[in-house]
Amino acid sequence: MSELTLEVVTPDKTVVSTVATVVMCPGVAGEFGVLKNHISLLSGLKVGALRYRTESNEEHSVFINNGFADVNNNVLTVLAESAEMAEDIDAARAEAAKKRAEDRLADKSEKVDVARAEAALHRAVVRLSLTKK
Amino acid sequence: MPSLKDVKMKIVGVGKTQQITKAMNMVASAKLRGAQARIERFRPYASKYRSVLTELASKVEGSSNPLLEVHKEVKNAAIIVVTSDRGLCGSFNAAIIDKAMKLAREKQAAGVQVKMICVGRKGRDAFRRVPGIEMLAGYADRMGSLDFSLASTVAQTVISGYEAGELDEVFLAYGEFVSMAHQPPRLIQLLPFETPNNEETAEKASGPACEYLYEPDEEQLLGVILPQYLKVQTYRGMLDTSASENAARMAAMDNATRNCKDLINSLTLLYNKTRQASITSELIDIVGGAEAQNG
Repeated sequence: MSELTLEVVTPDKTVVSTVATVVMCPGVAGEFGVLKNHISLLSGLKVGALRYRTESNEEHSVFINNGFADVNNNVLTVLAESAEMAEDIDAARAEAAKKRAEDRLADKSEKVDVARAEAALHRAVVRLSLTKK
Repeated sequence: MPSLKDVKMKIVGVGKTQQITKAMNMVASAKLRGAQARIERFRPYASKYRSVLTELASKVEGSSNPLLEVHKEVKNAAIIVVTSDRGLCGSFNAAIIDKAMKLAREKQAAGVQVKMICVGRKGRDAFRRVPGIEMLAGYADRMGSLDFSLASTVAQTVISGYEAGELDEVFLAYGEFVSMAHQPPRLIQLLPFETPNNEETAEKASGPACEYLYEPDEEQLLGVILPQYLKVQTYRGMLDTSASENAARMAAMDNATRNCKDLINSLTLLYNKTRQASITSELIDIVGGAEAQNG
């Protein structure tokens, strides 16, 4: 049988297009793994890390910001609002975003959009955890 | 016969016009490079989105999702018209406006109230004073710096309108960027969402046609993906239009520069002829005067 192809696409560009042996996705109902010959699947994704192993056994991580994964005929397509390879993450920017979000959450006044700040904080934390690996 | 000075001034004037058109051509080509790169990076995303959604929508029969419902009576239609902000790009904007106007007239003839959402100054100005057409929203000076949030806002307007039953059909008119020389106006139906007929779907799923797993369930997924899809389509229309606009302007300015060159050539010819004519008439005067004295 053919190999499993992984494609991560965002509105700006195609982030990853490669053959993979195993892919771990951050699904809304929990993390799930995809091997080749997986049954057709469509799943929502949350903010998190997508990890995959290439044929040469290298492991890579990709930051995924909301979206969904579509598995069909050994092609795994991830459509994400934004995504970046772990090595491309701007740690300083994520750190700044984390600080900003924390400040906003610490501010107890009415005008703070708590849900938005929490989402931003969550994104920043996940990004940072990926850069530290 | 024009005077020598007049012709000279005209030549200088046309030369200056040529400089401007040449500069505009170069600016458009620089802008086009950016716009073209953006639309080309976005296309895979948009087309993947479409295939996923078609797959999903064909599975979810008789869904309760309000966006998939076909309204029985069509009373109100919305047209999203995406044009450029500035002119001087040939018939590009006129073609899009024409197409949208034709649809609007058809709908009006069928007794449907037509509402417009215009992105881009040219479209907004064209439809602002048309009787019988209500302007829901108009955005000008946004085509230079497009972002997804504008597409989101526009799409959200029609989504809430559709869900509330205030809109029964939604169309999108934009200029598709096919190639440097070809930017045809396009008109697509956004809502109600049309699933391609069964034959087509059957052909596509030629592989091992197995049941899809959905996580969470189909309805919930559809509820997230469908509005997002509309935003993606709207954004695509905007990116397409912005690339097309610049390509059209490049072609128009190239033409104008060439016309200027032709004009300068023929004016130079006229200038030389005029000069020669004046020299000849002066000579005749002198010779005539000399003859008269001798006589």
